[in-house]
Amino acid sequence: MDDSNQQKIGQISGAEIIMRCLHEENVKFVFGYPGGAVLHIYDALFKQKYFKHILVRHEQAAVHAADAFSRATGEVGVALVTSGPGATNAVTGIATAYMDSIPMVVISGQVPTAAIGMDAFQEVDMVGVTRPCVKHNFLIKDVRDIASTLKKAFYIAASGRPGPVVVDIPKDITADFADFDYPKSVEMRSYTPVTKGHSGQIKKAVKILLEAKRPMIYTGGGLVLGDASNELVKLARTLDYPVTNTLMGLGGYPATDNQYVGMLGMHGTFEANNAMQDCDVLLAVGARFDDRVIGNPDHFLSVPRTIIHIDVDPSSISKRVKVDVPIVGHVQSVLGEMNELLAAETKKPDASALKTWWATINDWRAKKSASYDGSSSSIIKPQYVIEKLWEVTKGDAFITSDVGQHQMWAAQYYKFDKPRRWINSGGLGTMGVGLPYAMGCQLAYPNAQVACVTGEGSIQMNIQELSTCKQFHLPIKVILLNNRYLGMVRQWQEFFYENRYSESYMDSLPDFVKLAESYGHVGMNIEKPTDVEGALQDAFAMKDKFVFMNFMTDQKENVFPMVPNGKGLSEMILGSDPNANDAADEMEG
Amino acid sequence: MQMTQPTKWKAKMKHIISLLMENEAGALSRVAGLFSARGYNIESLTVAPTEDATLSRMTIVTSGSDEVIEQIIKQLNKLVDVVKVLDLNDGRYIERELMLVKVKATGALREEMKRISDIFRGRIIDVADGSYTIELTGSGSKLDAFLEALDKTVILETVRTGASGIGRGDRILKV
Repeated sequence: MDDSNQQKIGQISGAEIIMRCLHEENVKFVFGYPGGAVLHIYDALFKQKYFKHILVRHEQAAVHAADAFSRATGEVGVALVTSGPGATNAVTGIATAYMDSIPMVVISGQVPTAAIGMDAFQEVDMVGVTRPCVKHNFLIKDVRDIASTLKKAFYIAASGRPGPVVVDIPKDITADFADFDYPKSVEMRSYTPVTKGHSGQIKKAVKILLEAKRPMIYTGGGLVLGDASNELVKLARTLDYPVTNTLMGLGGYPATDNQYVGMLGMHGTFEANNAMQDCDVLLAVGARFDDRVIGNPDHFLSVPRTIIHIDVDPSSISKRVKVDVPIVGHVQSVLGEMNELLAAETKKPDASALKTWWATINDWRAKKSASYDGSSSSIIKPQYVIEKLWEVTKGDAFITSDVGQHQMWAAQYYKFDKPRRWINSGGLGTMGVGLPYAMGCQLAYPNAQVACVTGEGSIQMNIQELSTCKQFHLPIKVILLNNRYLGMVRQWQEFFYENRYSESYMDSLPDFVKLAESYGHVGMNIEKPTDVEGALQDAFAMKDKFVFMNFMTDQKENVFPMVPNGKGLSEMILGSDPNANDAADEMEG
Repeated sequence: MQMTQPTKWKAKMKHIISLLMENEAGALSRVAGLFSARGYNIESLTVAPTEDATLSRMTIVTSGSDEVIEQIIKQLNKLVDVVKVLDLNDGRYIERELMLVKVKATGALREEMKRISDIFRGRIIDVADGSYTIELTGSGSKLDAFLEALDKTVILETVRTGASGIGRGDRILKV
């Protein structure tokens, strides 16, 4: 092996090779933060014109922004951080992307090869630290491996069930020289993700679907990631079957369509949860029957139904719920095949059974489980803000959210008609993602309306990014639903801990208007219901301004409907029930 | 000793899983990490390179219900470094484990230990004034039986390799 650090003709440095690789992958933005171990890389970055670097104020935000860029565009997001604390700061962002299967490549600097294992300054075993929360990771030990490793990293991140890939690169490797040769394709004997579904299983699924008396279509984040929204709409319209989306799947089916029965799960609609429970044939697409979606699996399985499950990841099938017809494959190609089979099929769905089923669903709908008491003229209801946000943005914004009550209200009241418009941390539930998520979306779509729906708890977890937004002139609108509580924690404490509001009140909040103004942004305080709509219109009219909207909302509002933890889907509590809060108390245990 | 596959799985069965993976740094930790992260049980795990030095073969002895074993296989297959996974219990297979046992060998015990070792087809591979070291191979249950046949007080030290397994006849795990 040639260990010399001499540059031969035609050779470039490891750092320059990284730049060229990113260019080969058509990377437009790299979100990052410099530091000792990545100084060579940042020097090469300084000299290149391939992509734009977005300097964040904390590495966590770099990864979240890259993650959102990917969620909004479908491309692989890229983040660059230094070793040690830079790398560990990135871990929350990586775990967030992992839980939601977001394709991302995170390049982390590492101490020089000779210093690894010596407890060197800013050393952390990044490959070890991130192993449980990445799809795969690499430690590069030779400059000649950079190009092939990055090629693999992008391929692994984006193919099969997508996910984040970490590439850890020691500093000396970025200073060494090698020829640049970017592989055209990747062949890995150990990694061959399935694409097409089994045609026999697909035929069987179509047959079962056509025999259904009480059918239900349940789709998740996998449908959005697999860009199969058009195929789903076609299938659902052909069959006239009801559709529900998970939190991660919102926008997969147009929310304003009559066949859409709303989101399901812990805070899903009465009609979606009941239809899920009572259906006789369930078509699950890119969804994973997780605990926030079906509640108690034993309760869910206590009634018989035939389950067809399409997913690109075999390990998602029959993990929590045993399914009858598993189909492993890309959701887009499988649904496409199902549509072709249906088009050629003479048999039609059972019209009279379907009519009865829709009548039942419409009875459930008539409960208006998503209604709230909006009669107060003095207190702003958070749901009202989201409804007006939907109206003012004509349902066409990118909505990012943080985690908590505001997230659920955004999911319930903003009617997403398109996929990749709803950007939130569904799996890991990471507070603090909202603002960096909005940055990623706004950079991807500079002319789009981007709103970050957040709470006063979450927004403070990455508030430093107001500075990044200033630097890059990002005209994001922050919709802060400020109830002075960690609302979802408070809600559970009210229901299940006899109103002992342990550490869930947010005292000593900053003056958000002044804070926003100190960064050169526009700040607004909105305290009356009658001011909500006008303020939103004013804010969105400022197309080139970052506007921080501080809505003072009802402190005691709870998210309904609610399926208490560990309960079944048909055991939900409705907000319209005058004793809803008491009912929730009783559900404890 | 041979083990054949029982016709019916019990609620929680012992399984021997064989896998081939890229012989790369950290590959073992990915498998071990998967088992601890998802709360799967590992009874033993052995690993060594194969005749093709780019591949390692691992044998994992675990236990779980059918559903858990199915998930374990799927999750192992999902690891990017894993090339092939085989649940040996899906067919006929042979299991072998090596054990070294150091036993007291003084007075009457000297003859007694030799005799028990012979019965189990063990070999005495080290002889000292007060002890023998016995080498024994076989299935895990044979090794267990040997230890049970000994009086606990005569056992000075034991070391076991963990099981290795291979399919019978045409069952071949190869890339």
